[in-house]
Amino acid sequence: MTTLQADKELDCSGMLCPVPVIKTSKAIKEIQVGQVLKMISTDPGAPPDMVAWARQTGNELLDSHQEDKKYIFYFKRLK
Amino acid sequence: MQYAIRNQPSAKSMSKSDPNAPKRLAIIASKGTLDWAYPPLILASAGAAMGWDVAIFHTFYGLPLLLKDLEAEVSPLGNPAMPMKMPFGPDGFQKINWPIPTAMMATPGFNALATTLMKQTFKNKGVASIPEMRAMCVEAGVNMIACQMTMEVFGFKKEDFIPECTVGGAGMFLDYAADAEVQLFI
Repeated sequence: MTTLQADKELDCSGMLCPVPVIKTSKAIKEIQVGQVLKMISTDPGAPPDMVAWARQTGNELLDSHQEDKKYIFYFKRLK
Repeated sequence: MQYAIRNQPSAKSMSKSDPNAPKRLAIIASKGTLDWAYPPLILASAGAAMGWDVAIFHTFYGLPLLLKDLEAEVSPLGNPAMPMKMPFGPDGFQKINWPIPTAMMATPGFNALATTLMKQTFKNKGVASIPEMRAMCVEAGVNMIACQMTMEVFGFKKEDFIPECTVGGAGMFLDYAADAEVQLFI
Protein backbone atom coordinates (compact mmCIF):
# COMPACT_ATOMS: atom_id res chain seq x y z
CA MET A 1 0.00 0.00 0.00
CA THR A 2 1.11 3.50 -0.68
CA THR A 3 2.04 5.75 2.19
CA LEU A 4 1.72 9.01 0.27
CA GLN A 5 -0.11 11.79 2.10
CA ALA A 6 -2.47 13.95 0.07
CA ASP A 7 -3.30 17.57 0.88
CA LYS A 8 -6.46 17.39 -1.22
CA GLU A 9 -8.58 14.57 -2.60
CA LEU A 10 -10.66 14.61 -5.77
CA ASP A 11 -13.12 11.84 -6.59
CA CYS A 12 -13.95 11.58 -10.30
CA SER A 13 -15.72 8.22 -10.02
CA GLY A 14 -18.34 7.65 -12.71
CA MET A 15 -17.04 10.44 -14.94
CA LEU A 16 -15.65 9.86 -18.40
CA CYS A 17 -13.18 11.75 -20.61
CA PRO A 18 -12.45 14.65 -20.54
CA VAL A 19 -14.02 15.49 -17.15
CA PRO A 20 -11.31 13.89 -14.91
CA VAL A 21 -8.64 15.93 -16.75
CA ILE A 22 -10.64 19.15 -16.37
CA LYS A 23 -11.45 18.60 -12.69
CA THR A 24 -7.83 17.68 -11.94
CA SER A 25 -6.57 20.85 -13.62
CA LYS A 26 -8.96 22.90 -11.45
CA ALA A 27 -8.15 21.04 -8.24
CA ILE A 28 -4.37 21.37 -8.62
CA LYS A 29 -4.79 25.15 -8.64
CA GLU A 30 -6.49 24.93 -5.24
CA ILE A 31 -3.37 23.53 -3.53
CA GLN A 32 0.01 25.18 -2.99
CA VAL A 33 3.17 24.42 -4.98
CA GLY A 34 4.78 21.37 -3.37
CA GLN A 35 1.49 19.98 -2.06
CA VAL A 36 -0.05 16.70 -3.23
CA LEU A 37 -3.41 16.03 -4.90
CA LYS A 38 -4.97 12.58 -4.82
CA MET A 39 -7.35 11.81 -7.70
CA ILE A 40 -9.63 8.79 -7.95
CA SER A 41 -11.14 7.76 -11.30
CA THR A 42 -13.11 4.83 -12.67
CA ASP A 43 -12.49 5.85 -16.28
CA PRO A 44 -10.34 3.17 -17.99
CA GLY A 45 -9.00 5.95 -20.23
CA ALA A 46 -7.70 7.96 -17.27
CA PRO A 47 -4.21 6.34 -16.90
CA PRO A 48 -2.79 7.47 -20.27
CA ASP A 49 -4.72 10.76 -20.07
CA MET A 50 -3.39 11.67 -16.63
CA VAL A 51 0.20 10.80 -17.59
CA ALA A 52 -0.18 13.16 -20.55
CA TRP A 53 -1.83 15.84 -18.41
CA ALA A 54 1.02 15.77 -15.87
CA ARG A 55 3.60 16.02 -18.65
CA GLN A 56 1.82 18.86 -20.43
CA THR A 57 1.17 20.91 -17.30
CA GLY A 58 4.58 20.30 -15.73
CA ASN A 59 3.19 18.71 -12.57
CA GLU A 60 4.66 15.50 -11.18
CA LEU A 61 2.82 12.19 -11.15
CA LEU A 62 4.25 10.77 -7.92
CA ASP A 63 2.37 7.50 -8.00
CA SER A 64 -0.47 5.76 -9.75
CA HIS A 65 -2.00 2.40 -9.18
CA GLN A 66 -5.21 0.45 -9.54
CA GLU A 67 -7.38 -0.76 -6.67
CA ASP A 68 -10.14 -3.01 -8.00
CA LYS A 69 -11.96 -0.82 -10.53
CA LYS A 70 -10.54 2.46 -9.26
CA TYR A 71 -7.47 4.21 -10.61
CA ILE A 72 -5.61 6.24 -8.00
CA PHE A 73 -3.23 9.07 -8.89
CA TYR A 74 -1.00 11.28 -6.74
CA PHE A 75 0.11 14.55 -8.30
CA LYS A 76 2.59 16.99 -6.81
CA ARG A 77 1.99 20.58 -7.85
CA LEU A 78 5.28 21.89 -9.25
CA LYS A 79 4.22 25.25 -10.65
CA MET B 1 -5.53 -6.17 -6.28
CA GLN B 2 -2.99 -3.45 -6.98
CA TYR B 3 -0.48 -2.78 -9.69
CA ALA B 4 1.37 0.23 -10.93
CA ILE B 5 -0.36 2.04 -13.81
CA ARG B 6 2.91 3.49 -15.06
CA ASN B 7 4.08 0.00 -16.05
CA GLN B 8 1.26 -0.32 -18.55
CA PRO B 9 2.44 0.43 -22.10
CA SER B 10 -0.62 2.65 -22.63
CA ALA B 11 0.35 4.84 -19.68
CA LYS B 12 3.45 6.32 -21.39
CA SER B 13 3.19 9.84 -22.73
CA MET B 14 3.11 9.76 -26.54
CA SER B 15 4.53 13.28 -26.94
CA LYS B 16 8.09 13.99 -28.05
CA SER B 17 7.86 17.77 -27.83
CA ASP B 18 9.04 20.00 -25.03
CA PRO B 19 6.25 19.98 -22.43
CA ASN B 20 7.40 23.32 -21.02
CA ALA B 21 6.79 25.20 -24.25
CA PRO B 22 3.37 26.87 -24.39
CA LYS B 23 1.07 25.14 -26.87
CA ARG B 24 -1.80 26.29 -28.98
CA LEU B 25 -4.78 24.32 -30.33
CA ALA B 26 -6.90 25.64 -33.20
CA ILE B 27 -10.14 23.80 -33.98
CA ILE B 28 -12.72 24.35 -36.69
CA ALA B 29 -16.17 23.08 -35.64
CA SER B 30 -18.21 22.66 -38.83
CA LYS B 31 -20.93 20.27 -37.64
CA GLY B 32 -23.73 20.87 -35.15
CA THR B 33 -25.44 17.54 -34.56
CA LEU B 34 -25.36 16.00 -31.09
CA ASP B 35 -22.76 13.40 -32.07
CA TRP B 36 -20.46 15.80 -33.92
CA ALA B 37 -20.72 18.54 -31.31
CA TYR B 38 -18.73 16.43 -28.87
CA PRO B 39 -15.26 16.11 -30.48
CA PRO B 40 -14.42 19.85 -30.68
CA LEU B 41 -15.73 20.56 -27.18
CA ILE B 42 -13.97 17.55 -25.63
CA LEU B 43 -10.63 18.34 -27.29
CA ALA B 44 -10.90 22.07 -26.55
CA SER B 45 -11.68 21.57 -22.86
CA ALA B 46 -8.96 18.93 -22.50
CA GLY B 47 -6.44 21.22 -24.20
CA ALA B 48 -7.36 24.11 -21.91
CA ALA B 49 -7.04 21.77 -18.90
CA MET B 50 -3.48 20.98 -20.04
CA GLY B 51 -2.68 24.66 -19.98
CA TRP B 52 -2.92 25.20 -23.72
CA ASP B 53 -4.20 28.28 -25.50
CA VAL B 54 -7.33 27.06 -27.36
CA ALA B 55 -9.76 28.50 -29.91
CA ILE B 56 -12.74 26.97 -31.71
CA PHE B 57 -13.84 28.58 -34.96
CA HIS B 58 -17.57 27.81 -35.33
CA THR B 59 -18.55 27.79 -38.97
CA PHE B 60 -21.46 26.51 -41.08
CA TYR B 61 -23.42 23.94 -39.04
CA GLY B 62 -21.03 24.31 -36.10
CA LEU B 63 -22.26 27.88 -35.59
CA PRO B 64 -25.53 26.96 -33.79
CA LEU B 65 -23.38 25.41 -31.03
CA LEU B 66 -22.88 29.00 -29.87
CA LEU B 67 -26.61 29.74 -29.53
CA LYS B 68 -27.74 30.72 -26.03
CA ASP B 69 -30.49 28.13 -26.31
CA LEU B 70 -28.42 25.14 -27.39
CA GLU B 71 -30.41 22.20 -28.73
CA ALA B 72 -28.26 19.74 -30.69
CA GLU B 73 -30.01 16.73 -32.20
CA VAL B 74 -28.82 13.60 -33.93
CA SER B 75 -30.17 11.64 -36.89
CA PRO B 76 -29.39 7.98 -37.57
CA LEU B 77 -30.33 8.66 -41.21
CA GLY B 78 -27.11 8.78 -43.19
CA ASN B 79 -25.16 7.58 -40.16
CA PRO B 80 -24.94 3.88 -41.07
CA ALA B 81 -22.29 3.06 -38.44
CA MET B 82 -24.33 4.43 -35.52
CA PRO B 83 -25.12 1.67 -33.00
CA MET B 84 -28.87 1.55 -32.33
CA LYS B 85 -29.03 0.45 -28.70
CA MET B 86 -31.43 1.06 -25.83
CA PRO B 87 -30.15 2.91 -22.74
CA PHE B 88 -32.46 1.01 -20.35
CA GLY B 89 -33.58 -2.53 -19.53
CA PRO B 90 -31.57 -5.64 -18.65
CA ASP B 91 -27.92 -5.87 -19.70
CA GLY B 92 -28.58 -8.32 -22.56
CA PHE B 93 -31.35 -6.07 -23.91
CA GLN B 94 -29.08 -3.00 -23.84
CA LYS B 95 -26.44 -4.85 -25.88
CA ILE B 96 -28.83 -5.52 -28.80
CA ASN B 97 -27.95 -3.49 -31.88
CA TRP B 98 -31.43 -2.98 -33.38
CA PRO B 99 -31.69 -3.36 -37.17
CA ILE B 100 -33.76 -0.23 -37.95
CA PRO B 101 -34.85 0.03 -41.61
CA THR B 102 -33.61 3.22 -43.28
CA ALA B 103 -37.19 4.15 -44.30
CA MET B 104 -38.22 4.16 -40.62
CA MET B 105 -35.39 6.60 -39.80
CA ALA B 106 -37.06 9.12 -42.12
CA THR B 107 -40.40 9.05 -40.25
CA PRO B 108 -41.46 12.12 -38.22
CA GLY B 109 -40.28 12.02 -34.63
CA PHE B 110 -37.51 9.51 -35.23
CA ASN B 111 -34.72 12.08 -34.83
CA ALA B 112 -36.25 13.25 -31.55
CA LEU B 113 -36.39 9.63 -30.35
CA ALA B 114 -32.79 8.93 -31.41
CA THR B 115 -31.66 12.19 -29.73
CA THR B 116 -33.40 11.27 -26.46
CA LEU B 117 -31.87 7.78 -26.51
CA MET B 118 -28.37 9.06 -27.27
CA LYS B 119 -28.55 11.71 -24.53
CA GLN B 120 -29.73 9.08 -22.03
CA THR B 121 -26.96 6.66 -23.06
CA PHE B 122 -24.31 9.36 -22.61
CA LYS B 123 -25.76 10.34 -19.23
CA ASN B 124 -25.85 6.70 -18.06
CA LYS B 125 -22.20 6.24 -19.01
CA GLY B 126 -21.06 9.42 -17.23
CA VAL B 127 -20.43 11.63 -20.26
CA ALA B 128 -21.09 15.34 -19.71
CA SER B 129 -23.90 16.90 -21.80
CA ILE B 130 -23.16 19.29 -24.68
CA PRO B 131 -24.27 22.39 -22.68
CA GLU B 132 -22.05 21.23 -19.79
CA MET B 133 -19.09 20.65 -22.12
CA ARG B 134 -19.55 24.09 -23.67
CA ALA B 135 -19.74 25.71 -20.22
CA MET B 136 -16.48 23.95 -19.26
CA CYS B 137 -14.81 25.31 -22.41
CA VAL B 138 -15.99 28.85 -21.69
CA GLU B 139 -14.93 28.63 -18.05
CA ALA B 140 -11.49 27.35 -19.06
CA GLY B 141 -11.01 30.36 -21.33
CA VAL B 142 -11.41 28.69 -24.72
CA ASN B 143 -11.81 31.39 -27.36
CA MET B 144 -15.20 30.63 -28.96
CA ILE B 145 -15.20 32.30 -32.38
CA ALA B 146 -18.35 32.72 -34.49
CA CYS B 147 -17.90 32.82 -38.26
CA GLN B 148 -19.16 36.20 -39.48
CA MET B 149 -19.92 34.94 -42.99
CA THR B 150 -22.06 32.03 -41.70
CA MET B 151 -23.91 34.47 -39.42
CA GLU B 152 -24.84 36.53 -42.48
CA VAL B 153 -25.85 33.46 -44.51
CA PHE B 154 -28.04 31.87 -41.83
CA GLY B 155 -29.31 35.13 -40.34
CA PHE B 156 -27.80 34.93 -36.84
CA LYS B 157 -27.01 37.99 -34.74
CA LYS B 158 -24.28 38.34 -32.12
CA GLU B 159 -27.03 38.65 -29.46
CA ASP B 160 -28.27 35.14 -30.36
CA PHE B 161 -25.00 33.68 -29.08
CA ILE B 162 -23.42 33.27 -25.66
CA PRO B 163 -21.82 36.59 -24.59
CA GLU B 164 -18.36 35.01 -24.31
CA CYS B 165 -18.06 34.41 -28.07
CA THR B 166 -16.11 36.63 -30.42
CA VAL B 167 -16.88 37.17 -34.11
CA GLY B 168 -14.33 36.75 -36.88
CA GLY B 169 -13.54 35.39 -40.30
CA ALA B 170 -11.17 33.07 -42.13
CA GLY B 171 -8.30 35.57 -41.94
CA MET B 172 -8.63 35.95 -38.19
CA PHE B 173 -8.72 32.17 -37.67
CA LEU B 174 -5.74 31.48 -39.94
CA ASP B 175 -3.76 34.21 -38.19
CA TYR B 176 -4.41 32.35 -34.92
CA ALA B 177 -3.91 28.86 -36.40
CA ALA B 178 -0.56 29.79 -38.00
CA ASP B 179 0.98 29.70 -34.52
CA ALA B 180 -0.84 26.56 -33.38
CA GLU B 181 0.99 23.25 -32.91
CA VAL B 182 -2.31 21.39 -33.34
CA GLN B 183 -4.95 22.30 -35.90
CA LEU B 184 -8.11 20.25 -36.34
CA PHE B 185 -11.01 20.43 -38.76
CA ILE B 186 -14.06 18.69 -37.35
